[in-house]
Amino acid sequence: MLPISTTRRGLLAAGAAFGATMLTQGVPAIIKPAQAQGLAPTPSMRGGANNYRPGAPLVQRIGNGGFWMSGTVRRAVDGAPLSGIRIQIWAHTTEGYETDPHSHGATLTDANGVFRLEMPQIIPAFGQAHGHLAYDDDAFQAVFLRPVMQSSRDKRLTADFVLQPA
Amino acid sequence: MRWMKAALLWAVVAGAIGVSLAVAATSPLLAWRGPVYVVAGFAGVLALALVLLQPLLAAGYLPGLPVPRGRRLHRWVGAALVAAIIIHVAGLWFTSPPDVVDALLFDSPTPFSVWGVVAMWAAFAAALLAALRRPLRIRPRLWRLGHSGLVVLVVLGGVVHALLIEGTMGSVSKLVLCALVVAATAVALIDLRSWMVLTRRKQDRRLWSSRLPASPQRTEGHPATASAACAGAKVPDDERSA
Repeated sequence: MLPISTTRRGLLAAGAAFGATMLTQGVPAIIKPAQAQGLAPTPSMRGGANNYRPGAPLVQRIGNGGFWMSGTVRRAVDGAPLSGIRIQIWAHTTEGYETDPHSHGATLTDANGVFRLEMPQIIPAFGQAHGHLAYDDDAFQAVFLRPVMQSSRDKRLTADFVLQPA
Repeated sequence: MRWMKAALLWAVVAGAIGVSLAVAATSPLLAWRGPVYVVAGFAGVLALALVLLQPLLAAGYLPGLPVPRGRRLHRWVGAALVAAIIIHVAGLWFTSPPDVVDALLFDSPTPFSVWGVVAMWAAFAAALLAALRRPLRIRPRLWRLGHSGLVVLVVLGGVVHALLIEGTMGSVSKLVLCALVVAATAVALIDLRSWMVLTRRKQDRRLWSSRLPASPQRTEGHPATASAACAGAKVPDDERSA
């Protein structure tokens, strides 16, 4: 349990601390999209497109699952969430290499611009436990990401896209 | 006491190499790798182990393998090291071609691949220099400076490459092996005075003559005799004239 103070003094202090944090650190990312003026597009990462397979099928789950890849897709400049955007995901997992077709799968973002796809556990390959995500359709410029896991024992990995109209 | 020291040295070297290979051979990561990737990874571990042997053989530190014999073995181990590196890179290339192409072009997202590629080219260059030494009649001291300089790159690049990787090697055995590689190389380079061509020759002569009678057993490590032994006990002409 978090030690949350429920006295009037405690709540006032917490509220003041939150307000001060907002003033000095900026608005938390979770409530930011509505007012994110001039949101910069996400650049592709080095090696992000390695072993990409154009046209990988939309899947409910890659293999037997057990690991979650998730993230958000927003539009550059105004930060509006983008729905129905196809994101391809692949990695070296307990069930196959990056080069194996069955290691690849695609999913679509929901109305809030959020995607989430279950896949097998990612394991360290080529020295780093990492995943690959790609946006490669016509409406926006292509982006290839290669996020690295903090720990190879993690059960999830996230990556966010900010797309620029093509 | 002497045999104990010899046994201890052999035990440390054999232990570090044996344990590193054994830990890598039983890594849980192997379950999710095909045979080619397994061999490629293992070739890398073996290469690091051979890099530990090289300075010990070159300087004749291993009991039972003094300089003439150790030096001869040094050449064979050097050839094996080049082969291990080639198998390592080729195996990785078969496993994921674009990742190896990125690494070789210094365009990889992983910092350790740059160190690995630098170490690879330095090792190839050091071996090539050794092979061309007699055909091109390279002056012994110049040869040693060049070979040693490249070796420093091999050790530095190889150790950083290995330490930054999350792979089949155990973290403790990897750290111990890397520390031994750095220590053995540093001691051998200092002992063989590899930078000698950079210092003034007169001063060198004085240092040699003051060093010789003080440690008669260490004449094996003496640069002039060592290079003579390396060139097949035949002192090259340019060394005599020098």
